[in-house]
Amino acid sequence: MSALVIAEHDNARLKPGTSNAVTAAAKMGGDVHVLVAGQGCAGAAAEAAKLAGVSKVLVADAPHYAGALPENLAALVTPLAKGYSHVVAAASAVGKGFMPRVAALLDVAQVSEIVAVESPDTFVRPIYAGNAFATVQSPDAVKVVTVRATGFEEAAATGAAPVEAIAAGPDTGKAKLLGQELTKSARPELVAARRVVSGGRGLGSAENFRLVEALADKLGAAIGASRAAVDSGFVPNDCQVGQTGKIVAPELYIAVGISGAIQHLAGMKDSKVIVAINKDPEAPIFQVADYGLVGDLFQDVPELTAQL
Amino acid sequence: MKILVPVKRVVDYNVKVRVKADQTGVDLANVKMSMNPFDEIAVEEALKLKEAGKATEVVAVSAGPAACQETLRTALAMGADRAILVETDAELQPLAVAKLLKAVVQKESPQLVLAGKQAIDDDANQVGQMLAALLDWAQVTFASKIAADGGKLTVTREIDGGLETVEVALPAVLTADLRLNTPRYATLPNIMKAKKKPLDTLKPADLGVDVAPRLKTLKVAEPPKRKGGVMVKDVAELVAKLKSEAKVI
Repeated sequence: MSALVIAEHDNARLKPGTSNAVTAAAKMGGDVHVLVAGQGCAGAAAEAAKLAGVSKVLVADAPHYAGALPENLAALVTPLAKGYSHVVAAASAVGKGFMPRVAALLDVAQVSEIVAVESPDTFVRPIYAGNAFATVQSPDAVKVVTVRATGFEEAAATGAAPVEAIAAGPDTGKAKLLGQELTKSARPELVAARRVVSGGRGLGSAENFRLVEALADKLGAAIGASRAAVDSGFVPNDCQVGQTGKIVAPELYIAVGISGAIQHLAGMKDSKVIVAINKDPEAPIFQVADYGLVGDLFQDVPELTAQL
Repeated sequence: MKILVPVKRVVDYNVKVRVKADQTGVDLANVKMSMNPFDEIAVEEALKLKEAGKATEVVAVSAGPAACQETLRTALAMGADRAILVETDAELQPLAVAKLLKAVVQKESPQLVLAGKQAIDDDANQVGQMLAALLDWAQVTFASKIAADGGKLTVTREIDGGLETVEVALPAVLTADLRLNTPRYATLPNIMKAKKKPLDTLKPADLGVDVAPRLKTLKVAEPPKRKGGVMVKDVAELVAKLKSEAKVI
């Protein structure tokens, strides 16, 4: 038994999620290999080689892996997958894109977004936006599994696995990446942050979101938002925490002016400590909060920032 | 361009689902069912492409029990031209649905399949991608903007750190994200008209597809409950608790 973890990276560094996927793969039993496919991706490969539990890193370096397009990734991974019992990737935008393609080409089921490994063929995954958890067993020869990062610890950077170059797969030429508009921020990445401060409709405007930003900067936290705040244009889409946005589980999650719709709770209720500040004492967010403060956020948030 | 839009009948997004006491699944008895919200967005986008003169026909397709006819009638009432139901009472998993859709694509020859990014019941997020792989077509998931120009599509998609723009040649499979559009409501006259639109029914065996499930569900459980928290009276108490009790700052 052995698992192949497909790394997600920007060529220089691994993206958050890959090291959690390695931890999950190690629980499936057997060796863990990591595949790094990219263009000029030696930096990411070196980082993968350090992850505890990894026994080999495979590198496919070619121009047609620059954009991590699912057609090309699937064409590379599918023939390799036949030599493994498990193919594993983070359930990120990239992983969600190419992994089902790999599963279909192998004629096997995919197990999506697992949060626990019960045994080499049995996994736990949320369904109905986390309102239920299904334990599923896969009889397929190759198990194709995506991993929800918040379900697993990050692998420590204590290893030293050999790095081996492999031949690139075909360039399918089916899609062309024209460009990316990435949100630039000096703050930590939302999905990997240890602390998150999120704002909701209660902030009222994009300008008022500065209160959330000031608190986040004081805490060294990432910025999140409810769907209502994103739909109102206060912050960009990629800040959204919830069923249709990012799933986070930081050590500290502070929800400011967020009522706590089911769709938002699905994205943050696994956080270790939840603080809610809201003027409505009946807001559902207080049902999941460890510490609730009923009050005017325009007074309380600056006061909190000042007292930290 | 002909567009095929797969739609799934799911528990309405407003329903709070309950796990059955015997842990075999979620209680679906007397629960309101609706079209999967992401599929509604896909239907809307297909109709917009048709209204803009970029598409000639919009065909809705569903797979599942006879009751899925209601979901297809909703798509027809929104404006789809006709519908196809692959009728089966068997449990359908994503790979089986992708195989059924592949067979329907081969029968119907659409140039574009526009699906929802995921169903809000099993949250699998697989069918569009699997279908693209089985057809050896390009795919663009999580679309938030689609521009059609001749045989090419330029699609903006939501990724973890922001947005990216991808160009694909047709044929292709696209999956709709939340912000692609706001679906229209079906008007009463259109609901009446939809009853007369063609709805064909096929069986998986007619399409030569084995739909036997692969994954075995051993158990469905309630999520772990969070312990009730405490209310603090002011910011000073909150800071004190975070420091001394929770020890997170």
